[in-house]
Amino acid sequence: MSKKKIFVQGNEACIQGALYAGCRFYAGYPITPSTEVMEQMAANLPKVGGKFIQMEDEIGSIAAIVGAVAAGEKAMTGTSGPGFSLKQEIMGYAAMAEIPMVVVNVMRAGPSTGYPTGPSQADVMQAKWGSHGDSPSVVLVPSSVQELFYETIRAFNLAEKYRTPVVILFDEVIGHMREAITIPEPGEVEVIERAKPDCAPEDYKPYEVKDGKVAPLAAFGTGYRYHITGLYHAEDGFPTADQQYIHDTNMRLVNKIEDNKADICENEELFLEDAETVVFAYGVSAKSAKFAVKELRAAGIKAGLLRPKTIWPFPSDAVEKISKTAKKIIVPEMNLGQIHGEVERYAAGRCEVQGIFRVDTEPIHPKQIMNAVLGVPVEPTVIPDVVDFTARG
Amino acid sequence: MTTEATARTVPYKEKKPFDYDPYLRQGKLPHIWCAGCGHGIVLKSLLRAIDALGWKNDDISMVSGIGCSSRTPGYVDFNTMHTLHGRAFAFATGVKFANPKLNVIVTTGDGDALAIGGNHFIHAARRNMDMTILVYNNYIYGMTSGQGSPTMPEGAVSTTSRFGSIEPPFDTCELAKTAGATFVARGTAFHAQELEKTLYEALKHKGTSVVDILDSCPTYYGRFNKHKNVSEMMKSIEKDGTISVAQAAKLPPEKTEGKIVRGILHRAERLEYCDGYQNLLDRVQNK
Ligand SMILES: Cc1ncc(C[n+]2csc(CCOP(=O)(O)OP(=O)(O)O)c2C)c(N)n1
Repeated sequence: MSKKKIFVQGNEACIQGALYAGCRFYAGYPITPSTEVMEQMAANLPKVGGKFIQMEDEIGSIAAIVGAVAAGEKAMTGTSGPGFSLKQEIMGYAAMAEIPMVVVNVMRAGPSTGYPTGPSQADVMQAKWGSHGDSPSVVLVPSSVQELFYETIRAFNLAEKYRTPVVILFDEVIGHMREAITIPEPGEVEVIERAKPDCAPEDYKPYEVKDGKVAPLAAFGTGYRYHITGLYHAEDGFPTADQQYIHDTNMRLVNKIEDNKADICENEELFLEDAETVVFAYGVSAKSAKFAVKELRAAGIKAGLLRPKTIWPFPSDAVEKISKTAKKIIVPEMNLGQIHGEVERYAAGRCEVQGIFRVDTEPIHPKQIMNAVLGVPVEPTVIPDVVDFTARG
Repeated sequence: MTTEATARTVPYKEKKPFDYDPYLRQGKLPHIWCAGCGHGIVLKSLLRAIDALGWKNDDISMVSGIGCSSRTPGYVDFNTMHTLHGRAFAFATGVKFANPKLNVIVTTGDGDALAIGGNHFIHAARRNMDMTILVYNNYIYGMTSGQGSPTMPEGAVSTTSRFGSIEPPFDTCELAKTAGATFVARGTAFHAQELEKTLYEALKHKGTSVVDILDSCPTYYGRFNKHKNVSEMMKSIEKDGTISVAQAAKLPPEKTEGKIVRGILHRAERLEYCDGYQNLLDRVQNK
């Protein structure tokens, strides 16, 4: 069989990635601009014997996938802005109960109902801090339709590997843009299957940690009877009031992600060796940033691109590194500076950090990024007619 | 189902005392429930009903929300999930739909099921996915120390209705029936053997079964509403305040007025959700 090429929008590439990764359960509630994720799952899951259910709301949807994972499935739910807000309590539950699953948020402009049909990148902080408590976050920010396919597979793999919920964050532009993508053959891309306990049922402890790794999650109905709760729980899964254990567990949950940044963080780097100005951009804004950086290079300007594919855990090492060699980092985002603040934190004053924040639901234009690199003042909502490559602001 | 277990009649009437141990988690008792709380009586009725059905622990999944009643799964040796306030039905929907072979039981409180979880409750009933929902109805929020609940009678006192509630209560059974549940019943903690029979039928029923269980909270509801002690409270609310379906049928309406009816109130045959989905899969895949 030759490789399959399909011409699809991002939302469909996402579900193709999910199916490739073995996702066979989807529960959702429609909301623009993520609705096609749900509709495509409704159309495709039954064909492969999977389960699809339209729930009564976003809370019910995420609850259902947690239940499905407990019963042994690989599961996903998808939503946008307001729905992502509703899911937050259960995001925390999944982190606490260490449920491997994938949640998609196709970002639209907020706050509130905001602007349903326009892109935004304003949920990056919510994806990290949206649920109460300090919880681990793994959040991927793909920047093209093909990449979304691969990153969805990676999301499922990371979820299984670290027994944690993983969020895929993209936006209306990536979600609705159509590109020709290649679907690899089965086996071509690694798919991590859920580990199964190899001990006897009576010895099984669902939260036992060995060599820094939490035990595999047994499927309900396979003879390993155990308890799941969102309360702090001991190794056997039952509630505990042991304060030292509570401290250790919160640290473990967060650090199982933070300590594995080298594995979880992936970046694309372009011309960083000698770049004087580095554009740090993710998702839709990185599309414009890449174009801008290439144009600038063609004009002999030493610009570079640092594009994280994983925004949480934050690629702090990469930012630290460029802050030592670059004079300036430019952070274009479709929000009011959510990641800009993080870049500043890790640049720690070693170089200048400048943001371009656009929230009028229009993607940041390459010319705006070029001007920022050239030191020309940038108006967030105004696309410059020309770029003067001789300018040095 | 093992024949031995199903051979016995319900309620349990053997000479030897019923052995609850095979169903309970060793080392997880005592439970958190107050002295005089009926939650333990309900649990015992449930376990005897499960025993009569011959279900294996491995094949049972018990899912709950948050509240005193929702602590039940922690004590039983099944595949258990203590979830979030109001969300048990949705979690349970995921469990059952993913693995229809599991016998799914939801234990929930009146606040959990009908206030914060009201929407999930009616949609679970509408879908008719095979699961048995036990609403431990104590007319108050027990876990959080006695705030008003949606099943609290008008005039009842709670910490959030100090001068008497001015809201009409929900009737769990009417709500479940209207929303589409295919088995609807009511029991009380006072009538423990009858409850066992009712739960036996509810568990056996294929589809969404809802059992409203009057299970008065002595610590908050009882004290706030001037019940002298637990037995007086149970007697006046659960015994004298209710009447069985059979008795009600024999009496003229004026004699049953104000009484809450116990027993199986509604039964209907309707395609179960997972079976319906299997039909859909067969259609799609044989195309
Ligand atoms: C989202 C959320 N809101 C509120 C609470 C606090 N809370 C815990 S239990 C409970 C009420 C429980 O009452 P009920 O469901 O009737 O069960 P009972 O404790 O009486 O058995 C409330 C309000 C919570 N845990 N989560």
